[in-house]
Amino acid sequence: MKLITAVVKPHRLDEIKEALQAFGVHGLTVTEASGYGRQRGHTEVYRGAEYTVDLVPKIRIEVLVEDSDADQLIDVVVKAARTGKIGDGKVWSLPVDTAVRVRTGERGPDAL
Amino acid sequence: MAPAIFTLAADAPKLDSGNTAFLLLSSALVMLMTPGLAFFYGGMVRVKSALNMLMMSFISLGIITLLWTGYGFSFAFDGDHGGFIGGTDWLGLRDIAPDDLWGATGTPIFAFAAFQLMFAIITPALISGALADRVKFVAWSVFIALWATVVYFPVAHWVWGGGWLMKKGVIDFAGGTAVHINAGAAALGVILVIGKRVGFKRDPMRPHSMPWVMLGAGLLWFGWFGFNAGSEITADGVASTVFINTQIATAAAMIGWLLYERIRHGSFTTLGAASGAVAGLVAITPSCASVSPLGAIAVGVIAGVICAAAVGLKYRFNYDDSLDVVGVHMVGGIVGSLLIGLLATGGVGQDVKGVFYGGGWHQFGVQAVGVFSVLGYSVVVSAILAKAIDLVMGFRVPEEIEVSGIDQAEHAETAYDFSGIGSTGHAAAPAGVGTAASKKVDA
Repeated sequence: MKLITAVVKPHRLDEIKEALQAFGVHGLTVTEASGYGRQRGHTEVYRGAEYTVDLVPKIRIEVLVEDSDADQLIDVVVKAARTGKIGDGKVWSLPVDTAVRVRTGERGPDAL
Repeated sequence: MAPAIFTLAADAPKLDSGNTAFLLLSSALVMLMTPGLAFFYGGMVRVKSALNMLMMSFISLGIITLLWTGYGFSFAFDGDHGGFIGGTDWLGLRDIAPDDLWGATGTPIFAFAAFQLMFAIITPALISGALADRVKFVAWSVFIALWATVVYFPVAHWVWGGGWLMKKGVIDFAGGTAVHINAGAAALGVILVIGKRVGFKRDPMRPHSMPWVMLGAGLLWFGWFGFNAGSEITADGVASTVFINTQIATAAAMIGWLLYERIRHGSFTTLGAASGAVAGLVAITPSCASVSPLGAIAVGVIAGVICAAAVGLKYRFNYDDSLDVVGVHMVGGIVGSLLIGLLATGGVGQDVKGVFYGGGWHQFGVQAVGVFSVLGYSVVVSAILAKAIDLVMGFRVPEEIEVSGIDQAEHAETAYDFSGIGSTGHAAAPAGVGTAASKKVDA
């Protein structure tokens, strides 16, 4: 199994969810995150005083998938998240040893 | 401000129900400005001190009301002693009958006392913005009680109660000198004593809620019609002129401030709109019964631009006027008070003419005396009071509390519950009604 993690722009969440559902993904976890990449943050001005806000709001989407689906699913997420502008985010995957469905105790790919 | 003439029983004017209704409603409008100010300031501080900022204004509603009842109204408005202070006949608001009228206005003294009380409440509250994040609540409470006693009540008497500035002919229709310069100068005096916030000019101190600021500015704008038009006391043509002038100058100042910052800093900001509106309200306050509607535009634009420039001075001169009380209220008050000397038409509430209407420089000089005497008195006395409080009880909270957040330390509360997870935990039973276990802990 693989854990796909995407840290992307918050307003792309709906497109990504729809794309994942169309792909057949049954569940995902979303958390609000903040951070920066190459785009750095942005500048705000209050009564003439400039503040650099270096952490910008992001969402972090996590999905567990079978190994065979991982590459294709990464492409789906990247396509749905992309705006072409700086700050679109990152998607990566990690190997996962075990997954258990809490209600039934099923293990491995059956738990997905 | 109505002339402080006492008409005794013999041929007393009759109660005027229209004027009385107008004055009572104006009083309620001015009362609303203090909660409005609380939100205006509260939105500008960081989350960790939002409640403290609200409380610094709200406590003024409590403390000043009691002082006003006890001796404030009497000291400010009961007769005159040497041009400096009123008398003692109205201590405790005794010896005032419901039908006793304030001069020739046809309004009960109680209505006038209520109206003036609201001014006495908001003036110390204005100072709080300069002291954000860092003063003990008790020290602040003691400060406003002392400050009202030795600064506001006497200055209100000088300007409106028949005191020396009133006799000299200083025009301060609704409080540019007595309220705004007075509060702004006090703020300057106090911050020079207590010093800067931890991290001033180093840490980002972004406003935590611009919607609060806009809400507060809106409430201030609304209440200010009572502040200015109500200061005529009587519901008449002057009150109406003042009302429209207030709206015009505020609109012009908002636009002036926005244009200044668009040119200087690149954006039209909500904080700029809110601040510009308040700067305009401040500047038109002394001058609203002296200028024409076109003059009100000039007052507004000039105040908006000058105040927008003035709020940057704290970074250059390195004093922490946290929410720009000096830059907006003191500077705006000075602008409005001095512009009377230039723009007074002689045809509105007073017959005094300014330089541009052929009146020469005399009134400008009189206004300058009013401005700088109140400014000087307030800076010096406020600094002395702050120093005394600092020596006796410590004015500031300890540094670690300032950094971790004054709301939790001083009020045992936080403004927002951001997290469902953080809201769990244990609720302690109120004393005396707890379980056996919690009683054991109490014991």
